[in-house]
Amino acid sequence: MKLTGAQILIKTLKAEGVDTIFGYPGGSVLDIYDELYRSDINHILVRHEQGAAHAADGYARTSGKVGVCLVTSGPGATNTVTGIATAYADSIPMVILTGQVPTPFIGSDAFQEADIMGITRPCTKHNFLVRKIEDLSKTIREAFSIARSGRPGPVLVDLPKDVIQAQLEEDKTIAAKPKSEDGGKSPDREALKQALEMIVKSKKPVILTGGGIILGNASEDLQKFVKKVKVPVASTLMGIGGFPGTDPLWLGMTGMHGTYYANMAISNCDLLITLGTRFSDRITGKIANFASKANLIQIDIDAASINKNVLVDIPIESDCKTALVHLNKLLDENGFAIPGEEREKWIDQLGQWKAHAPLSYCNSEKIKPQCVIETLYNLTEGEAIITTEVGQNQMWAAQFYHFDHPNTFLSPGGLGTMGYGLPAAIGAQIAFPEKTVVDIAGDGSIQMNIQELATAVNYKLPVKIVILYNGYLGMLRKWQELFYGKRYSHSYIRNSPDFVKLAEAYGALGLRATRPEEIEPTLKKGLESPLPAVMDFHVEPEENVFPMVKPGTPLVETIINSEELR
Amino acid sequence: MEDEIHVISMLVRNRSGVLSRVAGVFGRLGYNIESLCVAEMTNPKISRITLVSRANADFTEKIKKQLDRLVDVVEVTELTQRHSIQKEMMLLGIYMNSENREEIMQAIAMFGCKIVSIRQNYCIIENVGNRGETETILAYFEPMGIEELARTGMIALQQHKNGNDDEQ
Repeated sequence: MKLTGAQILIKTLKAEGVDTIFGYPGGSVLDIYDELYRSDINHILVRHEQGAAHAADGYARTSGKVGVCLVTSGPGATNTVTGIATAYADSIPMVILTGQVPTPFIGSDAFQEADIMGITRPCTKHNFLVRKIEDLSKTIREAFSIARSGRPGPVLVDLPKDVIQAQLEEDKTIAAKPKSEDGGKSPDREALKQALEMIVKSKKPVILTGGGIILGNASEDLQKFVKKVKVPVASTLMGIGGFPGTDPLWLGMTGMHGTYYANMAISNCDLLITLGTRFSDRITGKIANFASKANLIQIDIDAASINKNVLVDIPIESDCKTALVHLNKLLDENGFAIPGEEREKWIDQLGQWKAHAPLSYCNSEKIKPQCVIETLYNLTEGEAIITTEVGQNQMWAAQFYHFDHPNTFLSPGGLGTMGYGLPAAIGAQIAFPEKTVVDIAGDGSIQMNIQELATAVNYKLPVKIVILYNGYLGMLRKWQELFYGKRYSHSYIRNSPDFVKLAEAYGALGLRATRPEEIEPTLKKGLESPLPAVMDFHVEPEENVFPMVKPGTPLVETIINSEELR
Repeated sequence: MEDEIHVISMLVRNRSGVLSRVAGVFGRLGYNIESLCVAEMTNPKISRITLVSRANADFTEKIKKQLDRLVDVVEVTELTQRHSIQKEMMLLGIYMNSENREEIMQAIAMFGCKIVSIRQNYCIIENVGNRGETETILAYFEPMGIEELARTGMIALQQHKNGNDDEQ
């Protein structure tokens, strides 16, 4: 018996363990959709292909599985590019299946043809054009393998229509998993020993975690390690959730909008141990002053990220989990003694910095966005999955929701994509139907993919959307306030729709709060509803995110509040 | 820091789009490719790319790591002048006349080049040599009026395959 390309594709996806696809049909993928019609794979029909890519990303970040999306050629494919670039920047494992015009037409400017291979080459971990049906199954297998191995990332497979329609004898079809899939290099034992000696001897150590701690599934091992060595933990935005936000040794986020005490800790430590972070400019501040008193140990799975932005003393090429497992074992075997008194002093010092400038805000007659997030944290008991957009909503979510678990804070950290939160929440809700999933958005960003409300309603996904409505593109407005003489050039967004009515028009629940005492009842009502709920909080329009490190200045110059700027 | 010449040799999968990926890495990091040579190996699934770029000292580590990340790149090495044989071929077109004829013939004899074509007065001179030789010859012929020039760019091989290259 012969199988078509479409049948081979679906069979290979099933063999790969795929049970959910986010997608949108179109001319070039009709054959695949015809096959999906007969398949038990759960296909989630989004309303825009960008939504499909972000939803697959949200699904991947929460479940740890490879997210899959399927779109048509031309505009279908190009619409996914922002979603692909977002996943690439944050190393999220995804496979994007794009339709393509039949091979004889490639390069002829055919209807709905786009060179998606060329377009996505710089923003995918790898991409493939399948030219023959014989290569189809093998290529799909390889795509999944590349997406999840090493430093993960998105992989695109371009599928010309004639390949999908071609036929092949069944016994030649479904390829096995590639053998070469590696579980990561095993780290250099000597370097680990050396690192451990440094850690044990250090008087003022700090651990800095990045996205690698979550992608590498190393949260538990980190907690074990920290218990043994008693080193406080700061994190980048991407590492949030990798270490419990309620642990006494947790310093919070570091960097541009990091806590004062995390930034002071990094600026004053004598040893910085980094796990799965690439030292982005948002983390280091002025790079010459970054952890300038410290020895640096960098553990990262990606050789290209080691010594890239900051030169380190001990580079260790390894995934975070393997490195931590080894470190824990070495500790158990050798029984190192921690310099107790010195460490106490250090932890004491950190406590003083924390007392000097805790994360805080002043209540007023208007709703404070921070208060909305704090109340949300209390009502959900810290157990919700939170997605964000980019900007103030993202920073306040990172600061005021204290994440205790990995894979629960989904934020487009690297690319900073407006419109990420809602579709990502949909992906997360599909992965965890029982969990509370909340998108914390602004009135600007929510409008970038608001159409996905229809998807949520369609599949009865009770995702919650918290809009921090301030009438501004708040983060930009703040920069304009501080650095551009308060010239609010196009950051004031007038004529946003009535979000309550809009929610209702989509068939979701719409709620509004304009006064502080309405925060809790509104959140309660929204969270308890079985429907997708849009909660529109009219917040203090000119509230700013603090602490803040001005671009190009060192972390030690962290500005605690607006008073300091006057 | 002075920029210097780096010779990068890599084995890659012989399929479409690979060169574009490799070039993309150089472009993204802002390095210019001075010369580039690509050809199939005995195993037709594999090609060797030899690539010359001018950059500062931290170039090698940076570029090697980025190239290693490409799925289609099998192996990347930097070849140093001390431990590798480096050659390029050059074709040089020049008009011969009664004035320069003797000088050209002398130069050809002196440098060990070959004349591979003469049509009317126009001759094409071939030379195979390392970078230094090529540059010297070019500088010598320059005043005589080089009409056209084509260079293959460098190809290179490490001298002892498994030996330690102490400069790396």
